Amino acid sequence: MNRWSKKLRAGVIGVVAAAAASALLWAPAVAQEKPQDAAQEKSIVVASTTSTQDSGLFGYLLPIFKEKTGIDVKVVAQGTGQALDTARRGDADVVFVHAKSAEEKFLAEGFSLKRYPVMYNDFVLIGPQNDPAGIKGKDIVTALQTIKAKAAPFISRGDRSGTHIAELSLWKDAGIDIAAEKADWYREIGQGMGAALNMASASSAYVLSDRGTWLAFKNRGDLGIVVEGDKRLFNQYGVMLVNPAKYPSVKKDLGQQFIDWLVSPEGQKVIAGYKINGQQLFYPNAGDPSA
Amino acid sequence: MDDFSAALATAVRLIASFDPDLRAIVILSLGVSLTASACAFAIGSPLGTALAVYRFRGQGGLIVTANALLGLPPVVVGLAVYLLLSRSGPLGSFGLLFTPTAMIVAQAVLGTPIVVALAHRTAVSVWAAYGDSLLVDGASRLRALLPIMSMGREGLLTAFLAAFGRAIAEVGAIIIVGGNIRGYTRTMTTAIALETSKGDLSFALALGVILIVLSMAVSALSFLVGRAFVGR
Repeated sequence: MNRWSKKLRAGVIGVVAAAAASALLWAPAVAQEKPQDAAQEKSIVVASTTSTQDSGLFGYLLPIFKEKTGIDVKVVAQGTGQALDTARRGDADVVFVHAKSAEEKFLAEGFSLKRYPVMYNDFVLIGPQNDPAGIKGKDIVTALQTIKAKAAPFISRGDRSGTHIAELSLWKDAGIDIAAEKADWYREIGQGMGAALNMASASSAYVLSDRGTWLAFKNRGDLGIVVEGDKRLFNQYGVMLVNPAKYPSVKKDLGQQFIDWLVSPEGQKVIAGYKINGQQLFYPNAGDPSA
Repeated sequence: MDDFSAALATAVRLIASFDPDLRAIVILSLGVSLTASACAFAIGSPLGTALAVYRFRGQGGLIVTANALLGLPPVVVGLAVYLLLSRSGPLGSFGLLFTPTAMIVAQAVLGTPIVVALAHRTAVSVWAAYGDSLLVDGASRLRALLPIMSMGREGLLTAFLAAFGRAIAEVGAIIIVGGNIRGYTRTMTTAIALETSKGDLSFALALGVILIVLSMAVSALSFLVGRAFVGR
């Protein structure tokens, strides 16, 4: 057996060396994580939407909040529907989304006790600059009716996100039963806002986007805004603490602290101060109880 | 080709500037994937070897299963691990969802069948050559496991590298169980997915270039270190 054990020793040394190498790599990461572990109470998980992340708002806002309170906010960016489901499973402390009807359902189910309006921006209809459907400057209802009549390519999020919910309600406003009347021109991609814009850019299609993501989006190609400023394109964001009675794991004090800061005059001012190329992306309106 | 040259330039600039965000992402990616593939190796290599050394009922089925699981879809593994670790799931009380640990678990699950299948293939031929003499020497099958693994260590090294390659390259599982949280669970692959969705394609491609270089460097290094110990 001596021969084997010698080779075995070499093999064991190899494995130990590999383990040591991986431990070395881990060391900085673990060291970084240590203070987080020690201050485990000082972090919360926020389920939010791709629009707040892709527009860069969180990248701007969260460091300011952390500086002030020491609370680490971990954002999981999903569509509104998925974010609410993540919270329904107890996997988030706070939800920050934009579909009032879905949020009110969440409240009615008892998953949260209170919804706080935070800010708004608006949706814009994006399309090719040469505007094949000829809808530039029209109101959104006429624009959608024309897109359908001309069977111009249209990208739908198709993912139960806030933007998707808004799009479906706009089709309804236009008197079109999109579920029944959609055809090849209507493409449901089931992906985030950025992916939808990428596809629209690659296939010269129309797409509904929140203004924030559009302003921050870099791969515009031939795309531009074709319809904006219609009252029906209003986009309200709300924030809710997950009901701690449903999930005792919810960090209610820290979560509430985040919410209170967002709706405080200071938080509202920070939101208003976020700009891309001088353009404001979100308009605070926590003071509006009907929002 | 503008996209590619812009991406290369960005990649070089990122590496040269030692961007701290990028460094954290790189460390997390390597840490998670190396740990996951080490776990997969620790579980899979004795298991795969045992499948070659022992004879028992249902053995054929297990071997076929391990090989069939080579095509395990990451997104499904991610979903299953998500449901297990979710607060509403059976392991929810540990609060592991959206942590690096959850990502290690998911990648270890993906890597284990790879290690089992490759370790088994290696051990089969070693066992065919030396199994009888080991048994004649008086070794039990259990005691024969380590010598067989030791003789097949070249194959095992390949198994480890394959598991690591699978782990470092996948995005489907970790984006679900890790949540792509900035500064916490954002890895190279999830960052590439995010930058693509933000429409910053050349930055995403630059990250991709760095990921490929890194993955090749780690694999080459493991291979060289391994070969030095193998001594052949």
